[in-house]
Amino acid sequence: MSATPLLGYRRENGRIGIRNHVAIIPVDDISNAACEAVAAHVRGTLALPHSGGRLQYGEDLELHFRTIIGAGRNPNVAAAVVIGIEEKWSRRVAAGIAETGKPVAWFSIEGHGDFETVRRASWEAKRMVHDASELQREPFALGELWVSLKCGESDTTTGLGSCPTVSEAVDPLLDAGATVIFGETSELTGGEHLIAARMATPELRERFVSIYDDYVGEIESSGADLLGSQPTEGNIAGGLSTIEEKALGNIQKTGTKPVVGVLGPAEEPADGPGLYFMDSSSAAAECVTLMAAGGAVLHLFPTGQGNVVGNPIEPVVKISANPRTVATMAEHIDLDVSGLLSRELTLPEAGERMLELIARTASGRLTAAEALGHEEFSMTKLYRSA
Amino acid sequence: MHKFLIHDRGDHVGVATEPIADGEEATGVCIADDSTVEVSANGAVPLGHKIAIRAAAPDEPVLKYGIEIGRAPEGFAVGDYVHTHNLKSARW
Repeated sequence: MSATPLLGYRRENGRIGIRNHVAIIPVDDISNAACEAVAAHVRGTLALPHSGGRLQYGEDLELHFRTIIGAGRNPNVAAAVVIGIEEKWSRRVAAGIAETGKPVAWFSIEGHGDFETVRRASWEAKRMVHDASELQREPFALGELWVSLKCGESDTTTGLGSCPTVSEAVDPLLDAGATVIFGETSELTGGEHLIAARMATPELRERFVSIYDDYVGEIESSGADLLGSQPTEGNIAGGLSTIEEKALGNIQKTGTKPVVGVLGPAEEPADGPGLYFMDSSSAAAECVTLMAAGGAVLHLFPTGQGNVVGNPIEPVVKISANPRTVATMAEHIDLDVSGLLSRELTLPEAGERMLELIARTASGRLTAAEALGHEEFSMTKLYRSA
Repeated sequence: MHKFLIHDRGDHVGVATEPIADGEEATGVCIADDSTVEVSANGAVPLGHKIAIRAAAPDEPVLKYGIEIGRAPEGFAVGDYVHTHNLKSARW
């Protein structure tokens, strides 16, 4: 186990954050400009512009709210300013974030204009930044971490090296009492029976199978041929021939423990520590955004051919075992485990390095994606707006 | 020095950890039990791509990780390069 002491920010609700952002959150796309103006005025703030929030309805609207409220609730956020065009929804988003006990302020633009809203929101954001800057990291236990998992630009080295490396860290995390979230509904195809078999109860198994079957039904009813996109062109170039082969590689990262919960997209685990499945898109930025909204503070991202994704509030750690990728895309890779392919590195050694890097990242070390400014905040849309 | 790795003892395919040349006598290691396999390559196999270590009959399930990853419509022989041209998903 890692010898590096863990240092994080303990929030009002007891959760541990590993970053200390003051987030400026637009309720809707037309409030992006005001949020970005506030972030430009006040150093140490982070605007989260996105493309959603207007004329969405039903479950798609609920998912939108869950995603932006979840981003604000995330323990990596110390405090949040919410700006929307209308008062009612701005108030609703702020109230959802305020449940965590963290400082939240909300503003609506209608009847005030951008100038006046930005002026008032900037004052509030500046106060929040002063307060957040005085918060100190304090020791915490490994089991207090909420970690999410998703891989991307997979190839055969993902299943051989980077996913098993993550798995070596997932089991000790779960043994320590951590909360771990995985997902990627579409990319389980061919291995979904293995995940179903790991569900802790028959009820969970039923819920998982129903989510998976709904997804397959949706694809079939659309008449689309997923063969054109799964495996992707990058996957095929990396040697993966079928969706089953890709899935079996991807699920190598989930460790060996039972799955204790099945979550909707952006839903926060509420049944205590353990391994959770989240129904989620397999597109990297959308998936990480949903998992961050679910409360994960640190993301482990195995990659084969080299995915460059990052997230504004949840640091994304990249792990690769592909010797070509770690050479040609070195600036994106946090942990090089290509020694697993040459057999110069053993899997337990790779797992130790993973746990060590988790501890350092959780205590403040910037990831490659953070250093490179990758801040992809991508909304998942379930269907078109009204 | 090995040129490919095999996940499970019963698998049909190994994964090239270095490019394998056409006609090359390549050694593979099974990571489950450290056993080795020698194969003569019937074609070049790029890094990360698959080489057959067991023949597959037409439409036989093809195993990797000890689990089916698809079917080989025409089958393949030991040493063949295995990819989308001779391995198809059994799912869609």
